Amino acid sequence: MSSRALLEVRGVSKSFPGVRALERVDLHLDEGEILAVIGENGAGKSTLMRILAGIESRDDGVVAIDGEVVAPESPREAAGLGIALIHQELNLADNLDAGANVFLGREPRRFGLVDRGAIRAGARSVLERVGADFSPDAPVADLSVGRRQQVEIAKALSCDARILIMDEPTSSLSRAESERLFTLVRALRGRGVGVVYITHRLGEVTELADRVVVLRDGRNAGELRGDEIGHDAMVRLMVGRDLTVSDTRSAAGPGSVRLKVEALATEHSPQSPLSFEVRSGEVVGIAGLIGAGRTEVLETLFGLRPRLSGVVSVDGVALDTRGPRQAIDAGLALVPEDRKRDGLFAEMSVRENVTITGLTALSRAGLLDRRGERRLARDLVERIRVRTTDIEQPVATLSGGNQQKTVLLRWLAVRPRVLLLDDPTRGVDVATRHEIYSMIEELARSGAAVLFASSDLEEVLRLSDRILVMHEGDLAGVLGRAEASEEAVMRLATGARGGAVG
Amino acid sequence: MNKTLGILGLLVLACVATALINPQFVSAYNLQNVIRWTSLFGILSIGVAFVIITGGIDLSIGSVVGLVGCLLPLLMVEHGFSPAAAIGAVLGLSVAIGLFHGLLITKLGLQPFVVTLCGLLFYRGYARFVTGDQTQGFGTGFETLRGLATGKPTTVATSIAVLAAGALLLEVLRGRREQEGPRRGPLLAAGAVFLAALATGVFDPGGLAQVRAPAPFLIMIVIALAAGLFLNATVGGRYLYAIGRNLTAARYSGIDTDRIVIGAYVACSALAGLGGVLFALDVNSVQPAMHGNFYELYAIAAAVLGGCSLRGGEGTVTGVVIGAAVMRVLYNSINLLEIPTQLEFSIIGAVILLGVAADELVRRTVARRRRGGS
Repeated sequence: MSSRALLEVRGVSKSFPGVRALERVDLHLDEGEILAVIGENGAGKSTLMRILAGIESRDDGVVAIDGEVVAPESPREAAGLGIALIHQELNLADNLDAGANVFLGREPRRFGLVDRGAIRAGARSVLERVGADFSPDAPVADLSVGRRQQVEIAKALSCDARILIMDEPTSSLSRAESERLFTLVRALRGRGVGVVYITHRLGEVTELADRVVVLRDGRNAGELRGDEIGHDAMVRLMVGRDLTVSDTRSAAGPGSVRLKVEALATEHSPQSPLSFEVRSGEVVGIAGLIGAGRTEVLETLFGLRPRLSGVVSVDGVALDTRGPRQAIDAGLALVPEDRKRDGLFAEMSVRENVTITGLTALSRAGLLDRRGERRLARDLVERIRVRTTDIEQPVATLSGGNQQKTVLLRWLAVRPRVLLLDDPTRGVDVATRHEIYSMIEELARSGAAVLFASSDLEEVLRLSDRILVMHEGDLAGVLGRAEASEEAVMRLATGARGGAVG
Repeated sequence: MNKTLGILGLLVLACVATALINPQFVSAYNLQNVIRWTSLFGILSIGVAFVIITGGIDLSIGSVVGLVGCLLPLLMVEHGFSPAAAIGAVLGLSVAIGLFHGLLITKLGLQPFVVTLCGLLFYRGYARFVTGDQTQGFGTGFETLRGLATGKPTTVATSIAVLAAGALLLEVLRGRREQEGPRRGPLLAAGAVFLAALATGVFDPGGLAQVRAPAPFLIMIVIALAAGLFLNATVGGRYLYAIGRNLTAARYSGIDTDRIVIGAYVACSALAGLGGVLFALDVNSVQPAMHGNFYELYAIAAAVLGGCSLRGGEGTVTGVVIGAAVMRVLYNSINLLEIPTQLEFSIIGAVILLGVAADELVRRTVARRRRGGS
């Protein structure tokens, strides 16, 4: 360890009314180091990073860069100090091209006008440094999530960032894109950049991090370095106990066919009709890279996208996929990929969020039975321990994991026959992730057919009785429990029949 | 709730200040006028509130008022329609207009602002065309019909007492049904209002008991009660708010969002049509080029002042009605306080801006206090 840390955080505390978000947290980061910061949702990681990036102020404690005490009060000041934060949700203007985004807010000028030539040249060189394979003129709207992230990193580098904070950078990347990101992060480390890497994916930590700092309930829970970094050790520090990973899949075995899909053609890939079925009590995972068409299959089944051709039936009855209403009436439920955009009514209460699908059953002559509604909400919330004291609390105030559970609860209320889930644990912490897995398994045990898509291979392997692997809209293969492995899935997902790995 | 109390405070403040400077304000004649205009604009405001709660907007209200105001006398006087048939025809037309807006907005995906802006232009132009720009009126006939707008069937004190008693009873029933007993706040408020109205009726302070309730006031009360019931106690009302908060999430939850949104535009235009009928009966002299101009803006302003957010998902009927009252009291006080009427728009604009800015500041403070860790 060098005598003077690049970044040093000493005794930083932060309170919000009613919540102690951080309590005397220490952290240091050296030049050319990859430091992983992990912890469950609500452990204080994001608050700490927001303080470093000048978005939030601290109540107490010291932040020093090169031994000099600093207190950035805005993201702009933080950038001036060499700190760049790459958000979980990327912050790019997708109506502009890549180059314009790299220099957004700091456009080089000539005669008072934006100097496009300088932008293009500057952006090209910095995009090359992050290994981008696209031109600065590429519209951001056309770039994949992985490439957008490269734009963000290029933007940070062009500001001479020495401290790069990445908040769950791989949460929506494909495996190959993640690999590319890791290579880039290692290259940045080689150039002396200090990287703070926040993630819920412990596999990445093992692969990437030089050192791990674990936060729990706003305090330092421990630190691991080198060989100490291992899955179990991290989980123990994060939750303060050992997690028993139960592998209790339906012992009875799957029942009759619930969901039958025959030659389904979606908008995404009209040329490659899909056929598969999901049995009662069965959990089927859809694996595949981003853009392989996983979401499109689920959304077409749920009536959110037009079905071009093919037959879908539930328990032998042909399904009307004109819209979600018809799908729901037929016993389908969908937990969408982007819960903020498509799932939650953020400003509305937990009660209103979980009962929204069951309101018609709760009304007499069009009038709401408010008492019945409260009872239902309380029952649901107790069933799966959403950590909220009050069902009247706005959903926006819950952690990501509890928000996701809220969306799931909405569907438990109507007892779906077929449960569709799209990336069910995106941005959800380890402990809650296991709770969500148990909920899914419990639903399957009670006879539902579960079909879920996920970009997290670990999750697909852990949950699925069978795995459908998609590649560019095609069903590239189906793997049973016995033959499923990471390698087998990736081979199919990347179109191993001879195409380039993408 | 806090928002509604805030705007109620503003209303009381405006009333007291005006009354202190010019006691004319509390004369029966003046109060009846203020209440009548508040009610007429209140009907329009309740309508636009439905649309605003979905996150939309309706700019065509004033032109619908104008069109209906022209067609009603035209049909009755020139074409010999019976009053019932004429009113049925214009209200049917209003519903059709709302349906048309709603279909364009949901099925074709056009922006509400654009659709209703075109409506604003089209209906106005059409009203001027069918009347040949000639002023329309009912003449001296149709006294009974005009009573709908100009009649004063009871006193304000009586109607408020009845309302308060009703609220009291409802709260007691609610408490019993929910097995938690009536809540103290609403019970005390309703009780206080009831006693105040009763006392006014009995002791007649400053002649207030003589203030008659204009018929539009009673009509507006009925509409407000129905709208409030819909928004607070029905599934449709909950869906309306949910759509305003997050349209896609509502769709993903299986709500037939198109139907609800279309319903909101129909309700808005229908209430604009009803308002148009009452306005026409009230003024009895409808100038096709002028009648109803800017009314959509008054209605939207009242709704926003009353707590509706143009982002959607927020707003209460009580707030909107009080918002309409604030607008009318301000307008009235400009006249009574002998402020140059040229300043009218400036003053109303400034007050709305202040009210909305104050509300936003309060909201931020509360949000900052509430925002927890994570």
